[in-house]
Amino acid sequence: MKHIISLLMENEAGALSRVAGLFSARGYNIESLTVAITEDPTLSRMTLVTTGSEDVIEQIIKQLNKLIDVVKVLDLNDGKHIERELMLVKVKASGVFKDEMKRMCDIFRGRIIDVADNSYTIELTGSCSKLDAFIEAIDKTAILETVRTGASGIGRGDRILKV
Amino acid sequence: MDSKANLPAETSTKSISGAEIVIRCLNEEKVKFVFGYPGGAVLHIYDAIYKQNGFKHILVRHEQAAVHAADAFSRATGEVGVALVTSGPGATNAITGIATAYMDSIPLVVISGQVPVPAIGMDAFQEVDMVGITRPCVKHNFLVKDVKDIASTMKKAFYIARTGRPGPVVVDIPKDITAHLTDFAYPKTVEMRSYSPVVKGHSGQIKKAVKMLLEAKRPMIYTGGGLVLGDGAEELIKLARALNYPVTNTLMGLGGFPATDKQFVGMLGMHGTYEANMAMQNCDVLLAVGARFDDRVIGNPAHFGGVKRTIIHIDVDPSSISKRVKVDVPIVGHVQSVLAEMNEILAQEKPQTNISDWWKQIGEWRLVHGGRYEQSSTIIKPQYVIEKLWEVTKGDAYVTSDVGQHQMWAAQYYKFDKPRRWINSGGLGTMGVGLPYAMGCQFADKNAQVACVTGEGSIQMNIQELSTCAQYHLPIKVILLNNRYLGMVRQWQEFFYEDRYSESYMDSLPDFVKLAESYGHIGMQITQPSDVEGALIEAFAKKDKFVFMDFITEQKENVFPMVENGKGLSEMELPKAKGAKQ
Ligand SMILES: Cc1ncc(C[n+]2csc(CCOP(=O)(O)OP(=O)(O)O)c2C)c(N)n1
Repeated sequence: MKHIISLLMENEAGALSRVAGLFSARGYNIESLTVAITEDPTLSRMTLVTTGSEDVIEQIIKQLNKLIDVVKVLDLNDGKHIERELMLVKVKASGVFKDEMKRMCDIFRGRIIDVADNSYTIELTGSCSKLDAFIEAIDKTAILETVRTGASGIGRGDRILKV
Repeated sequence: MDSKANLPAETSTKSISGAEIVIRCLNEEKVKFVFGYPGGAVLHIYDAIYKQNGFKHILVRHEQAAVHAADAFSRATGEVGVALVTSGPGATNAITGIATAYMDSIPLVVISGQVPVPAIGMDAFQEVDMVGITRPCVKHNFLVKDVKDIASTMKKAFYIARTGRPGPVVVDIPKDITAHLTDFAYPKTVEMRSYSPVVKGHSGQIKKAVKMLLEAKRPMIYTGGGLVLGDGAEELIKLARALNYPVTNTLMGLGGFPATDKQFVGMLGMHGTYEANMAMQNCDVLLAVGARFDDRVIGNPAHFGGVKRTIIHIDVDPSSISKRVKVDVPIVGHVQSVLAEMNEILAQEKPQTNISDWWKQIGEWRLVHGGRYEQSSTIIKPQYVIEKLWEVTKGDAYVTSDVGQHQMWAAQYYKFDKPRRWINSGGLGTMGVGLPYAMGCQFADKNAQVACVTGEGSIQMNIQELSTCAQYHLPIKVILLNNRYLGMVRQWQEFFYEDRYSESYMDSLPDFVKLAESYGHIGMQITQPSDVEGALIEAFAKKDKFVFMDFITEQKENVFPMVENGKGLSEMELPKAKGAKQ
């Protein structure tokens, strides 16, 4: 099953490579990984999307906790959470595609953020599956380029990951 | 050692160099020995070593041996081992040693030199990304980029190495940093929000575990390297005796329970005893202490899991629990403290366990193989050498080994009654550790009997250390079981590759007697079974001499019992019965 794991780690050189190295050394999947500094400049927050059986996920959490630079780990799937990802898609916007792309963008509540002679760049946020659905819904031949940030996640309500 | 007396003349308010700070940190940690090898990036540090006498620096002949020796010093004493190497090739030579220590959870601090900070990333002469290379085989590592950070980093390095599940920590220090000046103050304590190892186990879980143990009909206690490293042997003996339950040790755990005790059923695993493996497979309640159910111990996990039993697992590392085998009662904590708590409960309960049927069954299993091997009057049997070694050293030596058949025979036939006496590379299985391990033990205890059991393949992987042994007058006894084969490889080729002995024969061996003599050591070659005991007595009587004993042994002796890869614990291969000894 897919799990979203959030972690806080020391904002030190090499911390990211310890996490990435752990996943490759132990053969765990990484679907996406995002990392950025938090409001406390000594801490970075990482969101990892991974898949595996419950046993594997349990090992992943334990192994992450074992890394010296990791301060806290939370499996967001253990409770209610919100997941968001940002995608930019550059699509053809000539001929039949011009209206079609505008229409699809509206349906998915995206925004066109750049308009060129023959293309639009659409910005879309939502859960990973919503972004997948958009890609599925539009004509493949219209897609010129896509870029996704990978998921970020946060617990709902009182579920807070903080030191 | 009075560390104050060893401090350099400067007071702590005066600025001193990074190199001197490194020395002062080692003094603060009461380090007695640093095993190392100099080079460009660590010249400032070596200059500071020249001017100090707080610790003794041991000059090895290869950086791999420096790390192995520091590792063995730690295994023998429980203290953190320290090695010092230069950048680039010095650092890469140390990797095998670091990985070996990592796999067996040995606390080490390895200090490596690095090119000056401005040169990092420039492909400078003797530059290697030490932090990157060692990342998968250390507990943690540091690159120090400011002289002001040396002291706090060293403090953290020692703290991380020795607490929780121990392990090696690398501190990589660029050359310019060791020349910069600053004030020295060694932190008294360390606080790390990201690292706070658990000590005490969960009391509820501990109570539950004791209850389950008392209800067992076919109990088994299985202990590993974690019991030895966590200094839990004393508490375990107390617990096992109070319950009168059978105990087995892993290869790494030997000495955790006295091998001559009647409750001991021997080592378990791939080359474990018949009775230990059968009891492990057939028990109904299993207490695992500081062990990790690894592949060489339980064989095929599906076969092991095919039998229903309740498993209680005590380990300081939560990630070792339920990794290969599902556990019913996990207890995360320091083995010594958890066992002590169990003993307190038992002392109140005054248990009346009766498992006589189980002991009867184990007694029958004991007769099936019982460590028998075919004796010979014409050719030396390797098992016989180890039996005699045990007798001659009165079971009280530090025994180091390399990797191969000789390692298994040493583990099977030397009866270790004390922890920290059996020193071998169980996790990584590194050929070449034996001689540097023996050095580390002899430095740890200069009057002890130290025997290095080795093969002619393994000993040649760090043979250059004969020179180090000469320089420091180490009275080690090398017990070479010379079968002219990479024996363990040959055994697998006999069993699984229809006797195709591909590249496993050892040709062009040196004359080990002359080789030893060329370093000023004593060399002996023993070819007759009747000479084995006498030669051992003679060698160990030379208390201040290094003796290299070349035993010419049976070439194609095999290690039994054997659980083949992928097989279950109860599916052991035993030797074909011929006129067996005993
Ligand atoms: C550094 C290293 N290389 C290769 C191996 C694989 N290996 C395991 S046992 C063995 C043979 C060891 O031969 P020897 O030291 O003569 O001991 P014997 O088995 O004959 O007792 C080999 C090659 C290893 N464990 N370590």
